[in-house]
Order: sequence, then C-alpha cells, then structure tokens
Amino acid sequence: MMRFILIALALLALPARADVEIQSVTSKGGHKAWLVEEHSLPFVALEISFRGGTSLDRPGKRGSVELMVSLLEEGAGELDARGFAEANEALATSFGFRASRDSLNISAQFLTENRDASVALLRSALASPRFDDDAVVRVRGQLLSSLRSRQTNPGDILSEAWDSAIFGDHPYGTYDGGTEASVQSLTRDDLITAYKDTMALDLMYVGAVGDITADELAVLLDNLLSDLPEKGGSLPDRAEQNFDGGQTLIHFETPQSIARFGHGGLRRDDQDFFPAYLVSQVMGGLGSDGRLMQEVREKRGLTYGIGAYLFELDYAEGFYGQFSSQNDNMAEALDVVRREWARMAEEGITPEELNAAKTYLTGSYPLRFDGNSNIANILVGMQMEGLPIDYIATRNDKVNAVTLDDANRVAARIFQPDELTFMVIGKPDGLSDADIAN
Amino acid sequence: MRRLMAALAVCFAFPAFSETTSEGVTEFKLDNGLQVVVIEDHRAPVVVQMLWYRAGAADEKPGVSGVAHFLEHLLFKATDTMEAGELSRVVTENGGSDNAFTAQDYTAYYQRISADRLDLVMRMEADRMRNLRLTEEDIETEREVILEERAQRTDSDPGALFYEQFRAAMFLNHPYAVPVIGWRHEMENLSRDAAFAYYRRFYAPNNAILVIAGDVKPEQVRKLAETHYGPLEPTVDLEERNRVAEPPQIAERRLRLSDPRVSQPYLRRSYLAPERDPGHQEEAAALVYLAEILGGSGATSVLGRALQFDNPIAVYAGASYGSVALDDTSLNFVVVPNADTTLRDAEELLDKTLSDFLENGIDSAQFERIKFQIRASEIYAQDDTYSRADRYGRALSSGLALGDVAAWPEVLQSVTPDIVMTVARKVLDKRRSVTGWLVPEGGEEM
Repeated sequence: MMRFILIALALLALPARADVEIQSVTSKGGHKAWLVEEHSLPFVALEISFRGGTSLDRPGKRGSVELMVSLLEEGAGELDARGFAEANEALATSFGFRASRDSLNISAQFLTENRDASVALLRSALASPRFDDDAVVRVRGQLLSSLRSRQTNPGDILSEAWDSAIFGDHPYGTYDGGTEASVQSLTRDDLITAYKDTMALDLMYVGAVGDITADELAVLLDNLLSDLPEKGGSLPDRAEQNFDGGQTLIHFETPQSIARFGHGGLRRDDQDFFPAYLVSQVMGGLGSDGRLMQEVREKRGLTYGIGAYLFELDYAEGFYGQFSSQNDNMAEALDVVRREWARMAEEGITPEELNAAKTYLTGSYPLRFDGNSNIANILVGMQMEGLPIDYIATRNDKVNAVTLDDANRVAARIFQPDELTFMVIGKPDGLSDADIAN
Repeated sequence: MRRLMAALAVCFAFPAFSETTSEGVTEFKLDNGLQVVVIEDHRAPVVVQMLWYRAGAADEKPGVSGVAHFLEHLLFKATDTMEAGELSRVVTENGGSDNAFTAQDYTAYYQRISADRLDLVMRMEADRMRNLRLTEEDIETEREVILEERAQRTDSDPGALFYEQFRAAMFLNHPYAVPVIGWRHEMENLSRDAAFAYYRRFYAPNNAILVIAGDVKPEQVRKLAETHYGPLEPTVDLEERNRVAEPPQIAERRLRLSDPRVSQPYLRRSYLAPERDPGHQEEAAALVYLAEILGGSGATSVLGRALQFDNPIAVYAGASYGSVALDDTSLNFVVVPNADTTLRDAEELLDKTLSDFLENGIDSAQFERIKFQIRASEIYAQDDTYSRADRYGRALSSGLALGDVAAWPEVLQSVTPDIVMTVARKVLDKRRSVTGWLVPEGGEEM
C-alpha cells in the first residue's frame, strides 16, 4: 500500500532544479511529442498514452478494453502470437501495454542498434493487431482466471464494493476487467470497437527520452503512428460521488481486516491545490512521518502501514486512505483515524509541519527525474494534465509560496470529518453493521 | 521490509542480470574492514546509499525466527545521538526516501536523496551500526508492527502461506526452510535480548558492504566514508559464515494446502539447484538460460508452448531461478491450469514436457535470442541506479566478490546449449524436488 500511495503521488510531482530540458517535437504528419535527449545510453524509452482507457468500454461490454489491450502483442500484421514474441525477443525490445480507468498506456524500450526494426514491430502491434481466435481464447482464459482469483481476495472485494458505493453508474463504479459473464460474451467485433474507440490520435500523448534527436523522433512518429484511427470514442461525463460519512462492514473470514476511508478531493487546477497537497501530506504522507503513520503505527503498533492521499482522476477527485489491522486492533485504529481527521479539520497544521512538508516536497522533486523510462512517463503525465512545458522549473516555487494561513484555511476546507466514509472487510472485533452510523 | 514492498526472500524471479563493472565502478576497503563500492552515474543529481550486512534470516539461531527482520525494524529507533524515528524524519525533510529489507542472506538499509546530502545520511547510517538504544516499549510496539506485517503479507494470503510451507519442505536441514518474517509463535516471543544478541554479533564494519551509487566521485566517497564509518570498531573473531548443510536429498516431497480463500488452484515444483559461487558461476549461468528456455516467455518457452499453445491446458506456465544466494537455491516452475484441467493432468503434462526436453534438447534459434536479450539487458540495466546498487550489494553480501560481478556478463555470454543440457540433466532430479498444490477448500486431492 505504501508503494501504491507513493506512485499515486508521483502524478502530482514536479521540480527543484532538475536538469531536464524538454523539447516539443511536431512531425511532418502532425504528431506531437515531448522529448528529452539523453545520449549516454544506447536506447530510447517511449511512452504513449491515450486518454479514456477502460472508461471507453461500450455499455454491456465491460472488460473489452482490457482484453483488447492484452491482445496487442498476441499477433499483429504478418506475425501470429508466437512469431510476434520471437521477433520481440530477437530485437530485445521491451513493450508494455496496459489500460487503466483514464488511459491506455504503451511503454516501449528499444536499442539504438536496431531502432528501425523495433519501431516497425511496435507499429504492427499498434496499427494492425490481429485478434486471432486462438489468441482471444487463450487470453480470455487468463483474464477469467484472474477474475476468479479476485472473488476471494479481500482487497479486491473491498475495492469493488467501494467503487460501486461511491461512483454508482459511472464507469468508475465497476471493475474495469469486467465480470465473468461480460468477458465470456465479448466477440472479435467488440475488440475491434474497443481498439477504434481507445487508440485514436485525438486521444494520444507521447513522451520520448533517450538516444534520439528531435529530427529522428519526428520521422519515427510518422512511421509509428500514421495508420492509427483518427478519432476515438466519446469520453465519459464527470462522476457524481456519494460520501455519506457512514461505515460499512463486509464479512470475510480472515485474521486481518482491511479498511478504506475517504471523501471528495479537489482539482489539480483549483487555486487551493498546493496548500491542499501540503496538508494532505502532513496527514497521510511524508514518507512514514505523516500523522497517520505516527499515530496508528509508530505509537500504537496497530498496522504495518497507513497512508492517505489526494488523487485526481479525469472525472472525479478524492482523498482516500487505506490500511490493514489484525481483527482485534481494527476498532481502535479506526478511532484514531477519525480523531486525527477531526483534529486536522479543527486545528490545522503547525509551522514546523508546514516546513517539513515543504522541504520534503521540494527536495524530493528532482529525485523523480532519474532514468529514461521514469522521465518519459512524467512527460506524458504533464501533457495529459495540461501543464506547461516549463512547469518543472516553476513547481517548487508554488510549493514554497504556501503560507500557514493558506494551509490552515484549506485544511478546514478539505478535511470533512462528517463526510469521511469507511468500508471495512474482515472479521474485526467490536465492530458490526450496527456501527454504521457514527 | 520496514515498510511495505513486494519481494520474496531468495526467490528473485528473473535472472540477476549484471552489467559491465569496468565502467564507473570503484571498490576500496577501510582499515576497519568495511568494503565500499562506488557506482558513478552523473545523469541526475541524486545519490543512493545502501548499507548491506552479511547477515540475514538464515544466520539466526534456532528458536528466534524473525529476529533479523525484527532488528531491521528496530534500527529506526533511537541511538546514542538520534531520537527514535529521527533518521527517517531527517531524510524525509531533505526530500529523500529511505527503507530497509531483510532476506535469508542479507539485511540492507538504504536512502535515496539529493547528492549534496550524502554526508548527512552517511553520518546517520554509520551511527546506527554500533550505537542503537532500545527501550522495552520500543520492543513491544514494534513487535505488534511485525505481527501486523506478517498478518498482512502472509496470513492474509493463502499463496504466501503455501509458499512458506513449500520452502519448509524444500530444505531438510538448512535454515532457508524458515521464513524470513519468522514463524508467528516465535515472533510473539522475540525479546530485546534476542535482538541485541544478533545486533552485537553481526552489525559491524567488517561484516558490511557500503554501496554508494549516483552523482558522486570515488575520492569524495572515500573521504566521507573514512570520516563517518572509519571510527567504528570492527567485531573481532567474526566467525566465518558456515551454515549447516543439507544432507543428500533422496526422496521427492509432495504437499497440498487447501484454503477457502483460494479460487484459482495452481501447482508449484522446485528442484534444488546450485547458486553462483565465487570463481565458479558457469552452472548458475546455465541455469539462467535453462529457466528462460523452459519458462521465460509464454509464447516461445518450452513450457509456454506445450501448455499454453500446443495443448492449451494452462492459463500460465513459467519458470524462475534466482542465481544469487549464499547456499543452494532452486529452479522453480509454476503451472496455473485452466478451468477444465485438473492439477493432476497439468502436473503430468509438466513432467512429460520436461522429459521430452531432456530428450530433444534446445532450439538453437531460441538460444540465440535469449543470449542477445541477456546482452541487451545489460544496457537497459544501466538506466536504473538503484537497481545497479542493489545488484552489487546483493551479490557481495551473498558471498561473491566484485570480480565475480564483473565477470558475470561474460560468463553468461559464454554459455552453450551443451552446458545447459548437462546442467538440466543434473538438476531436474525428482528426488531433490518438492511439488505442491494449492487448492480451494474441498479441492482436488493429491
């Protein structure tokens, strides 16, 4: 969980004096990309994201984008699944294809010594995936197996119940891998629809880092992307979120319970974003030094790890936390979380905490820019969030500009104890459905 | 791990690819015995400090399982000059991150921070090597935390419980049979004395390796290391690391675990296998190939082709081998059958595929592709400074020397199909194997 939280925070990241020089590249064919040249290692990391992702599943076709994206490297152009894998190995390229609620992401690494052949192979996966019957059967079987495993995994059960309660009918309200029934019923036509809806040029963002010049990248983009669909499916509406301040218990036979809690958050472009980010870190982040980690783990030994973070999806914002506690510790741990949430809303943070959060956020910013793949990821994330290309150089100033008054005004705004909603799975002592109204 | 991270002791899934050590890697030793390795990477103004102790769970005395890992947690408490939690707090306030992890053969502590703060983190890391202070309250609270950790990572996960039982069956006498986190009944009784006994014995400069990687110069590191680590007293009479040995394994072992939380059954098979030994890494290199050939890629490996393509009875079939360990390690197979296939049939097909392989040998095109991939992986590996530091630390704390790490890429490139087949015939011996089935409650009987 700690890892998960840290990764989520990375989305908000930005800059001390990280020496990152970003170029904006536009190809003859009109494809745009952000590039950081780094010629010390003979390979390129390329990151391509398409907005929309699994939220573009058509009604009744839940899982179609997930199944489609899992099939991109299972046969393309002239090659069947085995032929594609052999070509991939022979070039020592590394391709990753994944879908999430807001985007479909392709990560590629390829060597300078065989760049053209590697790009041609990737192009075939992007522009002419085959969706052969035998590959569909095989990969569908893998997804069904993973769906079966989720049915008895308490973390997965909690996640699905939470999303359903919070997001209702919005695409965010259901698991994007689908159900056994929906995945069983998907046809090849559904996969082709999912492909056209999600992998379209009007939804695309590209970042490249490594051993390549701007001119070479422009040529590469035209070679790679020219045959993709022009226009994708229609993006979802904003999600209505339902945080009623209640507590729900899901019974599950296991020695340790898992709790999730949360309420609404705020948008990245909100004028209070930076103060909110700082106070959220004081509560749930700062490595292991946030208040929750101190109060629940360090002082009382009630959990192995706890965190809470602001996050932004394209169509909803939230402020969530999660932790696990053995069944005899859960009730006490929940009390501590409630108490801390209320205390923060009432008292805000101290000048020392504000300073600690500032030095942490400004000092850790340049540490994100290590490694071609990491930087390529950040380049795409910045474009998708609509940040300016010079954002990296200005971000720490925005953190440092937050005053204690700002922070505490915004703490009272974003910490809403009455709306803080809890869901617990397990068999915790002294906790029952009767506790639902707190 | 002090904080949550995924990793299984000893069983590091994909081969420990290494890189050329000639470029930008420097080694030296302080008078008190501390070994120092500097890996230069000036692309970003960042440094990683990793301090590795040549002591892990397999070095514990019987009856106190989990104490190595417990101590790792306790190292974040007070020292003579720092308050409890101060090290992590100071690292965080300086924008860095820190954590620690324990495995069978080593315990390691690390910080990742702006390169101009190396002095700061070295001072604090050196301080806690010898000057730890522990109260009874620290012990009690932190013992609750490790029990929560065990509950979260092991007791809540039938796959993890299965793996724990499986490893216990893999070793008849060697301490690798005992889980790194510890058996719960022994963890509940871990004491301040047990933690300190382990600390006094193993936490010393002459039992440690300091790896500094990133935007630093060797001369600068040497100076800082002498300032902060130089004054620390070595442990005299540090015993050689000789653990009890396995007797000859002469009987195949089988086990079955059923758990209501399982919905997808699977089987696991492991064979005892040699690890990389100093000066003798050829067999281990051949095993890296063997694992790749048999179960690396779903579409092209021997098992993937047989069980997922030609006769598609499995949703997954793969192999793994961890080459870095102090003592014997294992070659591992996992088969996850599809809904229409029993574990018995899946296991039969696994056995048949392995014996066909021993008869038919290696496809030379596949061998060449793997060889090229291994070479390319050395280039990609240079992109991640933390992983480079990790690779050196792991190798050096598991009995290898810097020369072995330097030679490894070449050893890998000189493997031939004949060597792989010879090693395969030796290792794929059922008498030295364990087979396990994980099934739902009332699931298939063995």
